[in-house]
Amino acid sequence: MENQRYQLNKELAQMLKGGVIMDVTTPEQAIIAEKAGACAVMALERIPADIRVAGGVSRMSDPKMIKGIQEAVSLPVMAKCRIGHFAEAQILEALEIDYIDESEVLSPADDVYHIDKTKFKVPFVCGARDLGEALRRINEGAAMLRTKGEPGTGDIVQAVRHMRLIQSEIRKIVSFREDELFHAAKELEVPYDLIVYVHENGKLPVVNFAAGGVATPADAALMMQLGAEGVFVGSGIFKSGDPEKRARAIVKAVTNYHDAKILAALSEDLGEAMVGVNEDEIELLMAERGK
Amino acid sequence: MMTVGVLALQGAFEEHIAFLRRLGVEVFEIRKRGDLRRAFDGLILPGGESTVISSLLRELKIMESLREAVKNGLPVLGTCAGLILLAKEIAASEERYLGTMDINVVRNGYGRQLGSFAKKGLFLGKKIEMRFIRAPYIKEVGKNVRVLAVVDHKIVAAQEGNQLVTAFHPELTGDDTVHRHFLEIIHEHTAMDFKK
Repeated sequence: MENQRYQLNKELAQMLKGGVIMDVTTPEQAIIAEKAGACAVMALERIPADIRVAGGVSRMSDPKMIKGIQEAVSLPVMAKCRIGHFAEAQILEALEIDYIDESEVLSPADDVYHIDKTKFKVPFVCGARDLGEALRRINEGAAMLRTKGEPGTGDIVQAVRHMRLIQSEIRKIVSFREDELFHAAKELEVPYDLIVYVHENGKLPVVNFAAGGVATPADAALMMQLGAEGVFVGSGIFKSGDPEKRARAIVKAVTNYHDAKILAALSEDLGEAMVGVNEDEIELLMAERGK
Repeated sequence: MMTVGVLALQGAFEEHIAFLRRLGVEVFEIRKRGDLRRAFDGLILPGGESTVISSLLRELKIMESLREAVKNGLPVLGTCAGLILLAKEIAASEERYLGTMDINVVRNGYGRQLGSFAKKGLFLGKKIEMRFIRAPYIKEVGKNVRVLAVVDHKIVAAQEGNQLVTAFHPELTGDDTVHRHFLEIIHEHTAMDFKK
């Protein structure tokens, strides 16, 4: 039965594919996101760009705010808990959240252990920068993955780096001889059976989205062409000049990511994009949290 | 050879495509208006988020053409979100999308993800695996609608003319019963063209 639950949770992620998951902080924003074509919303008190500015310890959102968003939309609602904070995750499960993001955007609660996600009925999505991290999170019970990218910056460079690295490591595993897989499992510090899965299927056993730094339709198309199965957009929408228009454009860009003519048309006149921060200008690298 | 267009705007369309290819069907993706220029014998509306797919259908100006095609008898299989797109009525909502099938559906009929489940059920008298992911169910059907499956006193599959819908996801299982039934509908529809 537990296995069945995990399977159903992976399948919910399959239904989200080709879609855009948007960060929202109020029921009003959730409704704008739904109208603009978000396939799910991430309920949080502050978007990553504001978390950066505010500094200090960043925690799970107020359940009241999450419930308000659950009531406002028919979409799946996700929420973040701190890395390793299984009590926050238990609370989110009690709220019947559709997906928990064990997220490096919040301050980590545990600098060694991630949450044992196999103990939960609700699904988890986790961030990963490389194949080792990705497979370790899956082994802990994650039913969906995303690149870490660098949240709240509007800078796509890290998401690109993480997606390229994961894809190239997958290609490498596929090219190995069978007797080389044992060593690969040791090197990546992951279970052998997951390495065998990647070797045989040439892909991860769960859906993998892009996240962290997506600010324009072109960013979304870039990530899709690099192998993302969908995108998370956090600060990029509600920190821009015309959130609704930009959100709609990014949604369409994810559907028609390889049609440059359509991309050109929908990139027109979107108003001000979020003010970006370059990676060498930021003091806090959130992607370094949780390995 | 039979050609089926799969609406590929968002959701689990790849699973349907892989499934049809295994059954030897020619498949192509419908992502934009221009894709509709191709001739096809059947249409699949996959699972995903109905609000997303419907808003893309409107924005990409595909909605009207598909509605006309379905009204004119194009065989269509709608699974989960696809079922919602075809429904004439959605309980507790003013929204209508293609609205071509005389059914009244309840969106997120089993609640949130914790309510998702898998179960064996009878589809046209055959026991198959049914996977419900934040699924809708059918509350009421019009007089021309044939009920094909009932699980826990809820209608989860139905047919009206050439329109076939399931609340569950046949594309996520290894069982091809539903897809084969759909291909039968296409066969019969195509054969009609040759009748006097």
